[in-house]
Amino acid sequence: MAKVEMVVNGTKHAGEVEDRTLLANFLRDALGLTGTHIGCDTSQCGCCTLHMNGRAVKSCTVLAVQAHGAEIVTIEGLAKNGTLHPVQRAFTECHALQCGFCTPGMIMATAGLLKDNPNPSEEEIYRGLEGNLCRCTGYINIVKAVQRSAELLK
Amino acid sequence: MYAFSYVKAKSLQEVSDFLRSNPDARPLAGGMTLIPTLKARLAHPSHLIDIGALEELKGIESKDGALVIGAATRHAEVARSARVREAIPALSALAERIGDPQVRNLGTIGGSVANNDPAADYPAAVLALGATIITNRRQIAADNFFQGMFTTALDAGEIIVRLSFPVPKRAAYEKFAHPASGYAMTGVFVADTGKGIRVAVTGAGPGVFRWNEAEAALGKKLAVESVANLRVAAEGMNEDIHGSREYRANLVSVLTKRAVAQLAGR
Repeated sequence: MAKVEMVVNGTKHAGEVEDRTLLANFLRDALGLTGTHIGCDTSQCGCCTLHMNGRAVKSCTVLAVQAHGAEIVTIEGLAKNGTLHPVQRAFTECHALQCGFCTPGMIMATAGLLKDNPNPSEEEIYRGLEGNLCRCTGYINIVKAVQRSAELLK
Repeated sequence: MYAFSYVKAKSLQEVSDFLRSNPDARPLAGGMTLIPTLKARLAHPSHLIDIGALEELKGIESKDGALVIGAATRHAEVARSARVREAIPALSALAERIGDPQVRNLGTIGGSVANNDPAADYPAAVLALGATIITNRRQIAADNFFQGMFTTALDAGEIIVRLSFPVPKRAAYEKFAHPASGYAMTGVFVADTGKGIRVAVTGAGPGVFRWNEAEAALGKKLAVESVANLRVAAEGMNEDIHGSREYRANLVSVLTKRAVAQLAGR
């Protein structure tokens, strides 16, 4: 067992985990932050995407112990004081979801993409969301939502 | 995942000592291959010693006509680095197309080279550029480093510290990426080193290899026409559900031509 401590959505959390515990499981099971979804559990689908020290990562492929001392932002940490984050707003406005299962990961990946590239071309959006799969194949509106997010963030 | 003990390394010396006294321990850098491997129960290490944050393995610098990259440098850092872009733009472009953004944010160059996946991108650059692999024990020339599928010259307990890439006159990388995984179905890295042309092929065979016939032909004249009629034998190429060996052999020709065309434009 190992002790871990990390700042999640601005709040310091500590816990004890098995060394093999994945970050996604720690957040969901120990902290109750179930907005981070586990889809494929094989690093393909990106549903579990969150930000670790400001970079988008797949939390099903990171050990909780690796995140010791890190700053984590999950989908629950995006809205501030009841106001949706611009990327969340854009996904709502553009109806960029069908079943919604991939949406937290899509939103976190979009936020990561726009941090590096605030004005992505359509091709750059495809590339930027390469690590996220939508099983409903609702990509048209997702791409629109990324474009809308870029506008809202300006 | 089988249970293991996690250790966070504080120095390179500690890693060397730890791996010597714990033969079933494995170093963990970005974990982008290792963690999925553990989850599939394809490996059962006693310990993981985390080298991902070691300062001794970090940094990108130019030194004596070479670009030196620390082994724990993430793919995204190589892709974004102005220094890499200026010295070897083909290397930065290669890093930009590995896997997906989340993988590039964690995966490391040293991990990729040490793992020597037959469809990984970096081995093609390391071999074509004639890089030197600097470990915690010695220096190894790229030509002696890659020894076939998932096999390298690294001994047990030996880890890559940094990679030194001689800056070429020009270089280009072309790959046909698997549309789902991003791995190279085939990738060809062509380098005009100033001392000759080197062509390295990844993804097509059981491990990265140099295509000597193409190198000889391009050495005479660096033009697409030099390799237009060259073919590699399909025998010995990889074959799986994604493509036959004939398909991959053809990709070697096509991508070599594209890489040379790209190079000629530089």
